[in-house]
Amino acid sequence: MSEAKTLYDKIWDAHIVDEQVDGTCLVYIDRHLVHEVTSPQAFEGLRNSGRKVRRTDKTLAVADHNVPTTDRSAGIENEESRIQVEALEKNCADFDIELYSMDDIRQGICHVVGPEQGFTLPGTTLVCGDSHTATHGAFGAMAFGIGTSEVEHVLATQTLLLTKCRNMRVTVNGELPLGITAKDMILAVIGKIGTAGGNGAAIEFTGEAFQSLSMEGRMTVCNMTIEGGARVGLFAPDETTFEYLKGRPKSPKAGAWETAVEYWKTLKTDERAVFDEEIIMDAADIKPQVTWGTSPEDVTTIDGHVPNPADETDKNRRHKMERSLEYMGLEADMAMKDIKIDTAFIGSCTNSRLEDMRAAAAVAKGRKIADGVRALVVPGSGLIKELAEQEGLDKIFTEAGFEWREAGCSMCLAMNADKLVPGERSASTSNRNFEGRQGPGGRTHLVSPAMAAAAAIAGHLTDVSDLD
Amino acid sequence: MDKFGKLTSVAAPLPLINIDTDMIIPARFLKTIKRTGLGADLFSTLRFNEDGSDRDDFVLNQPAYKNAEILVTGENFGCGSSREHAPWALMDFGIKCVIAPSFADIFYNNSFKNGMLLIKLPPEDMTKLMDDAERGANATVTVDLEAQEITGPDGGVIKFEINAFKKHCLLNGLDDIGLTLQKDDKIDDFEARQKAIQLW
Repeated sequence: MSEAKTLYDKIWDAHIVDEQVDGTCLVYIDRHLVHEVTSPQAFEGLRNSGRKVRRTDKTLAVADHNVPTTDRSAGIENEESRIQVEALEKNCADFDIELYSMDDIRQGICHVVGPEQGFTLPGTTLVCGDSHTATHGAFGAMAFGIGTSEVEHVLATQTLLLTKCRNMRVTVNGELPLGITAKDMILAVIGKIGTAGGNGAAIEFTGEAFQSLSMEGRMTVCNMTIEGGARVGLFAPDETTFEYLKGRPKSPKAGAWETAVEYWKTLKTDERAVFDEEIIMDAADIKPQVTWGTSPEDVTTIDGHVPNPADETDKNRRHKMERSLEYMGLEADMAMKDIKIDTAFIGSCTNSRLEDMRAAAAVAKGRKIADGVRALVVPGSGLIKELAEQEGLDKIFTEAGFEWREAGCSMCLAMNADKLVPGERSASTSNRNFEGRQGPGGRTHLVSPAMAAAAAIAGHLTDVSDLD
Repeated sequence: MDKFGKLTSVAAPLPLINIDTDMIIPARFLKTIKRTGLGADLFSTLRFNEDGSDRDDFVLNQPAYKNAEILVTGENFGCGSSREHAPWALMDFGIKCVIAPSFADIFYNNSFKNGMLLIKLPPEDMTKLMDDAERGANATVTVDLEAQEITGPDGGVIKFEINAFKKHCLLNGLDDIGLTLQKDDKIDDFEARQKAIQLW
């Protein structure tokens, strides 16, 4: 009998091109997503050394970080942003790479676009010069973020030099309580393992509560795997996965589809496989989550309180906590629900899919945002925007006072015009509450889409069930 | 890529945990299509006041550490975004070596691709080194990659571990892509094998 393997082991083993004596492996890359921020220097490198893109058919490009989410007919106003997007267009034309340009309805956040087009498939290795590439692990793909040197390496060779991750499994048993979302689950996991807890690991998510999630929910979970330090997050592909992928433009076509599904069904962890680390949680213990500090591990429940640094015994952690509270403008022990917000942001590669739009709209319907609050809804792609409009979600949002925008990364990282001003506070469905992430001096509280919509309406952080 | 051999420098102490790559170089400075020039905005928020003047409380603004080529810092350095602009900014500023209890994975890889040495040390060695670093201008530290040794200002030696392949590439300034292209036939073979079994 062969050795029992994890899902990660199986995908890893199926992609080894060569193994060096020290254990470093040359690993084949099946899919490569390219965006404008982390690729220009890689293309420059190719040009300088006279190299070509090895497999243009395995490469897909889209501009997302810099694009405006307001009217695009006049192009991009900011010169540097415009140059970066134009550089991507030129590079894709010169190297013959498929690109969804800013006015293409398929344009959107690369981690939304890949799955939506069926470019992301189970059992593949997929990379992108973006740490949130872990998102694609929702499909049972070994997907991870890389730097620009590695982007160039993949463009030139369709491979990467890698050392294998350790295997980690997070199981959430039981049925998910009503109103608890994928976002709450992953924030609760990060709160438990810490932002470095997954360093060096590939995390497989299992258990009834994870398996019951839709593909959108699974993407939210895998997306934030990197906030727990792990580069790779994985769900074993199942009927939910196949149902999502069937008929997508780049999914296998009839004939090949059946063969593909047959193979995908083998992509699961063997029963006797052993993980290097196991985390087991109970779904019933997970409550709506919200962050209070400047790291995604700084998380508590919506009915909780800002922690008190005096209770922290570790000197470095106490120092970091004091620094976070000062930056966030919060007092120790105050109730999370007493924190007033200026802005709500619903979007990002974490929470900008149709299911997220629906969840936020369900809260917004028939209500109005609080006086003085700005609320942005930024769908993850042009196609999601169109589908949401067909359901009338845009009307629900605009009638409630939310702004309905074009697709892009937007206020998740404030590279375009959408940003917080110093001291401004947001309830955000994005993935990082780092200092300055949503604009210099901006203060971020990470929440689910429903909670962000609820905060916009109440004017402060609140539980959805507390709304009138 | 420049070779990394032996480095002797003042070591700047930055005892903060979880320094993320947004803190090393905020997103608004990523709108460049070049690798150079990012040092000007390294640690922008920690380093500058809102009016653009230097913050006196930031270590790299202090006279003793302005020319430091070694940074000694807290656990999980480089977490968050995969931006290679973070090591580019550090190197452009003049930092050639970062020493910490742990690093985030992507940042760790990115740094070595650019010839920057990252050293992980256990907590007791970190405490000693942080104390040395805090002594300022007269307390130089020598990092010897070949010998895998750090020599402190008092002559005390700390050994460190490093992956043999990463060490080899750094010592010789090797370009990964050039090395991989030598294995082109193996990549061809892999593609042929995969095509034969994956019909989609």
